[in-house]
Amino acid sequence: MKRDLLLFVCFSLLIMVAPQLFEGGYLMNVLVFVGINTMLAIALNLLLGYAGQISLGHAGFFGLGAYLSGIMTTTYSMNPWVAMPVAALIVGALAGLIGFPILKLKGHYLAMATLGLGIIIFIVFNETVDLTGGPSGLSAIPNLKLAGLSFDSDVKNYYLIWAFTLAVMLFSINLANSRIGRALRAIHDSEVAAQVLGVNSRVLKVQIFALSAVISSLAGSLYAHTMTFVSPASFGFNFSIELLTMVVIGGLGSIYGSFLGAALLTLLPEFLRGANDYDIVIYGALLMVMVMYMPGGLVRGITSLFSKFVKKSGADHA
Amino acid sequence: MQFDQILQYTLSGLSTGAIYALIGIGFSIIYNATGIINFAQGEFVMLGGLLTLSCMELLKLPLWAAVPCAVAISTVVGVLFERLAIRPLKLPTPINLVIITIGGSILIRGLAMLLWGKDTHTIQPFSGDTPIAIGGATVLPQHLWILAITIIIILVNKVYFYHTISGKAMRACSYNRRAAGLVGIDVKRMVMFSFVISSAMGAMAGIIVAPLTMTAYDVGVMLGLKGFCAAIIGGMSSGLSTVIGGLLLGVLESLGAGLISSGYKDAIAFIILLLILFIRPQGLFGKADSERV
Repeated sequence: MKRDLLLFVCFSLLIMVAPQLFEGGYLMNVLVFVGINTMLAIALNLLLGYAGQISLGHAGFFGLGAYLSGIMTTTYSMNPWVAMPVAALIVGALAGLIGFPILKLKGHYLAMATLGLGIIIFIVFNETVDLTGGPSGLSAIPNLKLAGLSFDSDVKNYYLIWAFTLAVMLFSINLANSRIGRALRAIHDSEVAAQVLGVNSRVLKVQIFALSAVISSLAGSLYAHTMTFVSPASFGFNFSIELLTMVVIGGLGSIYGSFLGAALLTLLPEFLRGANDYDIVIYGALLMVMVMYMPGGLVRGITSLFSKFVKKSGADHA
Repeated sequence: MQFDQILQYTLSGLSTGAIYALIGIGFSIIYNATGIINFAQGEFVMLGGLLTLSCMELLKLPLWAAVPCAVAISTVVGVLFERLAIRPLKLPTPINLVIITIGGSILIRGLAMLLWGKDTHTIQPFSGDTPIAIGGATVLPQHLWILAITIIIILVNKVYFYHTISGKAMRACSYNRRAAGLVGIDVKRMVMFSFVISSAMGAMAGIIVAPLTMTAYDVGVMLGLKGFCAAIIGGMSSGLSTVIGGLLLGVLESLGAGLISSGYKDAIAFIILLLILFIRPQGLFGKADSERV
């Protein structure tokens, strides 16, 4: 537990000084996205990595958060700080409601059902033109303001987003180490065994699903207020797959892994600028290679390679 | 007037429904042989259409030769997918299988995008496009092609599964893989066969629908999902109930698009999918433990 805290403090310090190392510029904008994607990847990881329940519709919850915040602050000129928790509450309630029937399903069926849910949400974004602006999107969403400070530049947004992301990380690390985290892992290993030991798996699965949706919605609200523009294209099926790729690459059930996966997948397209069209091929190949050769994800894979190496060299010395 | 409209929507719904049925049967065959929902199923539909186009344009083959060519190439892709991605999987948990078939589907789609570009392509209808009047409605000759070819494929399927040794062996695998292995059935080969059949069927569906709807590298996603929806309605059977599921979905979707709103056409299919999964996960016609071949 102490080690976890130390690691988290080191990580936070690294995040805090990062802008000084990169001197702002375009990269700051990308790092803002790394923050948002980390939050989303952690949300999905809580569900997929800890409770073992897949969701291919998380882009939908992300989009709902973004649109609810966007609509409440533009059409109804609500204060963004109020809109954000309201949006999160609505999305959480919705996820809780749909969670009961949907989480009765397992494995492939759950994957298909959540996929369908995500696509329905995506279609609604496109079709309710009066509310969402349809395919052309919703613009002029206000920036967040705090005591006269408006978060309107990349550097300010960086600190804003990462403050939230770090809070979500700390919360998730604590959750994973708590009684609930252990119960979730028990469900992952064997739902029947978990139930026999007194875990109310049905309710717990719905709770973690709703929590995951709330975090995604929060990320969506932050996205809307930093980008000041949202359109359905950002919340489609492909983004759900991108999130899944982040979680799988980083490692199921690894919070820092989610950061690593999010960072890799957000930075990769930036470095492959010219090869823009190839990124979908690379995602596909990455997913397959990871599942086949490193099912534990990068963080665990590298750690075990490292410890193997250390052991081997240790043996040589002796 | 109103009746004519409904007839028209129903007729066009039946032909798209037939496509969903073919794709759905493809899902069911693999599911029953292996327990896998192959998320890449829709990509074979896309490959069928685009490969036919390339065979006709690049190799200057006539349609009747281009079709088997395209089906054969798609089948090879299906077998390679099983061999290179699914068989070597060390931990075949459902989540890993979902992720790997999604990975495969994105990879195939991405490669198709690189090969054929992002444009939509058209294939000429098999026999002209003079509409045929039926009652107060009209159908295109391609609609009839779709229905006829679907019926033939389903009949061939039936004969294969019930009257050939290899078909019976595959059914045995779907009842109990271990027992099938014990009586000397090569289960791995049957799994490969299931990929052969379903990728060939998917490709065929993609070919016959392409003249109606046009085709592009990304048509596989939606068609695949609708096919899955048909299979779910049919309770993952590879027989008549999935066919009825597909036709039902096609007609409902077409009626919904025509009478309610065309923008929500795709949403209708997914709402049906969710409702069936929530209320009757064993399918619309299935008993709790229905025969699944």
